[in-house]
Amino acid sequence: MKIDEARNYHKIDAVIVGAGLAGLRAALEVAKSGLAAAVISKVYPTRSHSGGAQGGIAAALANVSEDSLESHMFDTIKGSDYLADQDIIERFVNEALKTVYEFEHMGVPFSRTEDGRINQRPFGGHSSPRACFAQDVTGHVLLHTLYEQCLQHNVLFFNEFQVLSLLVSDDVSRGLVAWDIRNGGLHIFHARAVLLATGGYGRAWKITSNAHANTGDGVALVLEAGLPLEDMEFVQFHPTGLYKHGILLSEAARGEGAYILNDKGERFMKTYAAAKMELAPRDVVSRAEQTEINEGRGIGGKDYVYLDLRHLGRQKILERLPQIYDLALNYLKVDGIKEAIPIQPTAHYSMGGIPANVRTEVIKDAAGTVVKGLYTAGEASCLSLHGANRLGTNSLQDAATFGRIAGIHMTEFCRENNFAGLPAQPLEVAQGKIDRLWNGQGQERHAPIREKLQENMTKYLGVFRNQDDMLKMLVMIKELQERYRQVTVDDHGDAFNLDLIEALELENLLSFSEVIVEGALARQESRGAHFRSDFPKRNDGEWLKHTLAWRRDGKIVLDFSKGVVIYPQYQPQERKY
Amino acid sequence: MAMIDISVKILRYQPGKDEKPHWQVFNIAVEDESTILDVLNEIHWQHDGTLAYRRSCRSSICGSCAMKVNGRNVLACETPIHRFGRKLKIEPLSGFDIIKDLVVDLDPFFAKLKRIRPYLILDKPAPDKEFVQSPEQLEQIGESTLCILCAACSAACPSSWPNSEYLGPAALLKAYRFIFDSRDDGADQRIEIVNDKNGVWRCHTIFNCVEACPKKIQITEYLSRLKVKVVENSL
Repeated sequence: MKIDEARNYHKIDAVIVGAGLAGLRAALEVAKSGLAAAVISKVYPTRSHSGGAQGGIAAALANVSEDSLESHMFDTIKGSDYLADQDIIERFVNEALKTVYEFEHMGVPFSRTEDGRINQRPFGGHSSPRACFAQDVTGHVLLHTLYEQCLQHNVLFFNEFQVLSLLVSDDVSRGLVAWDIRNGGLHIFHARAVLLATGGYGRAWKITSNAHANTGDGVALVLEAGLPLEDMEFVQFHPTGLYKHGILLSEAARGEGAYILNDKGERFMKTYAAAKMELAPRDVVSRAEQTEINEGRGIGGKDYVYLDLRHLGRQKILERLPQIYDLALNYLKVDGIKEAIPIQPTAHYSMGGIPANVRTEVIKDAAGTVVKGLYTAGEASCLSLHGANRLGTNSLQDAATFGRIAGIHMTEFCRENNFAGLPAQPLEVAQGKIDRLWNGQGQERHAPIREKLQENMTKYLGVFRNQDDMLKMLVMIKELQERYRQVTVDDHGDAFNLDLIEALELENLLSFSEVIVEGALARQESRGAHFRSDFPKRNDGEWLKHTLAWRRDGKIVLDFSKGVVIYPQYQPQERKY
Repeated sequence: MAMIDISVKILRYQPGKDEKPHWQVFNIAVEDESTILDVLNEIHWQHDGTLAYRRSCRSSICGSCAMKVNGRNVLACETPIHRFGRKLKIEPLSGFDIIKDLVVDLDPFFAKLKRIRPYLILDKPAPDKEFVQSPEQLEQIGESTLCILCAACSAACPSSWPNSEYLGPAALLKAYRFIFDSRDDGADQRIEIVNDKNGVWRCHTIFNCVEACPKKIQITEYLSRLKVKVVENSL
């Protein structure tokens, strides 16, 4: 039987992988143009982790105080520790207001000012109250609204499908192969244009705010396809992860005035960022917390500090921060109205990812050569908008704005290009992954390997890094990759085989984690979220450049020839808060 | 924090292998601070890889892990085991077809959502900036927008069990959310959809949905307001 006659063959103009804010926004744009848009997601769309974002979406609306696009631009540049590409930031801030008004017109229930306009709150590293918010569930309401818009505009949904291979050859994207989680079986998606909007890679760490789904699948697939990744060593640790669980307590708490306290009850941020205090950017606050903990000033000498909401009062806590209040109560039995909440830094946001240009086209080298028909947006991508450290509330704005931009360019591309031919054996790579896990002779199981990876990434690739720790981690990852070859799964059934999915995800975690460590080892400086105790200073002379990494012949190859786009008026300065 | 021994009885079903669902008991040791999701992960990762369940965010916002524990619908991720003692009985949500073990078919649930036209319908052009909406107007719909579509309400609703055509609490709550949004002009269209024997009138104010809702949304109250609106509209 010919492939294009097979039951599990789908020919669709634009195929979008990932149903978070970036993926849905792109799908909506394509569908509105009249072309066919399909979203492939490993979870039902409303389960996507964009819904976990709490505090707000950045736009200089100036609804509650003066603000400007220039200010948003400069704050983002400074927040990035000058690694972000300034042409990307310029496009971003220019589109940000439109994105928020568009959401409001779709029906997003933004919190309001007394005179009925979108309310805004302060956030770390932003010099004006710029975060448009809906209580502390901003990502949730944006995600649900976009999903509903996609229903209205007849976007096709393939829910609970896991992508196993990209069909890319000769620098042209042709489609992809995915496993039907619910029923079993491989499906070929033949597309004019493909968008990778697969989210971040925080599940490589044990203490993380990320969802189980955030295993960096798109990032790993790109690496497997022979394409590079960019700036993977830059991972943001959020200062207010719920102790032991790592789940997110929004920066909105500090935006509303919450304190962070050490064992002596001191607001220790005065030592680290006297001007901005708790509203310094996340990398600065996480380092301060970890320093307090390392020097014995964690609570009771342990590995946590306190987030203190009590002085905000019952009414403000329940009106503005209800989710945070419930999370602390449900998970730690801590009543945030009466008690301080134990917190620790938690792996949160992936600044690195799939390199792309301002049109969201995936590029394959430092010269910017485009892979035809392949796009990326949201946390999976590295444009680079966030550089070495992202500011809070810029992520929802990033995902939505560049999701829309991706949709616009994919629509153009689909109108101008026919379907590229599929390879002779499109299922081969994906089938090989399944066969090995089902029919292999090995005795290893996926769970202990994943646990060892996550525990040690938290231990060795955390807020503070050094060469010795990272070399240990690199050796360990290679051992774990060897062990992975012997992994087989208990479950041989077709229907909802979670065992199989988790084993496939582990292969992805092990693959890109090696890139993270190699990049972090090579980058002998401290910039943004990447802090080397053995190289504690930023070094613009040698390291004001992006990291590109390929897997070639089983080894990670690094390239530092991709420079940073810097405008004359925004030259690097010392970064102080 | 201490380790405790617990007994976990899980309803298992694998299509093609099992004729019908059956119980399986796992006797395991877990930390006393564990959640239901921690227990399922422990079983799946350490004891029986074939166990299937849905989970994602771990922080009660994605709505993946609604299931029935000792007769109550809960989110596994946010529910500590100490709420139930050392004997747990875990089964899938009622009223949906089982795909495997604790995983149910939610396609009909999401299809109902689509039926009530869950998007702002506008007769007027949108303004250059935002629509003006007062905090009081927002308050009308605020709580209803917290719904995470976990389906715990529908699975707890006796009116939903025998009648797959009933729109059910989640879709009706969504209808409320748009009909009572000050920006929306689509009330008439939606009222026509919910003014039906399988619409809002099938709600018999049993309040099971409110008890089951992990977000503590007063669903029955909003559905009652919807009934009033439907009647007012026909006068």
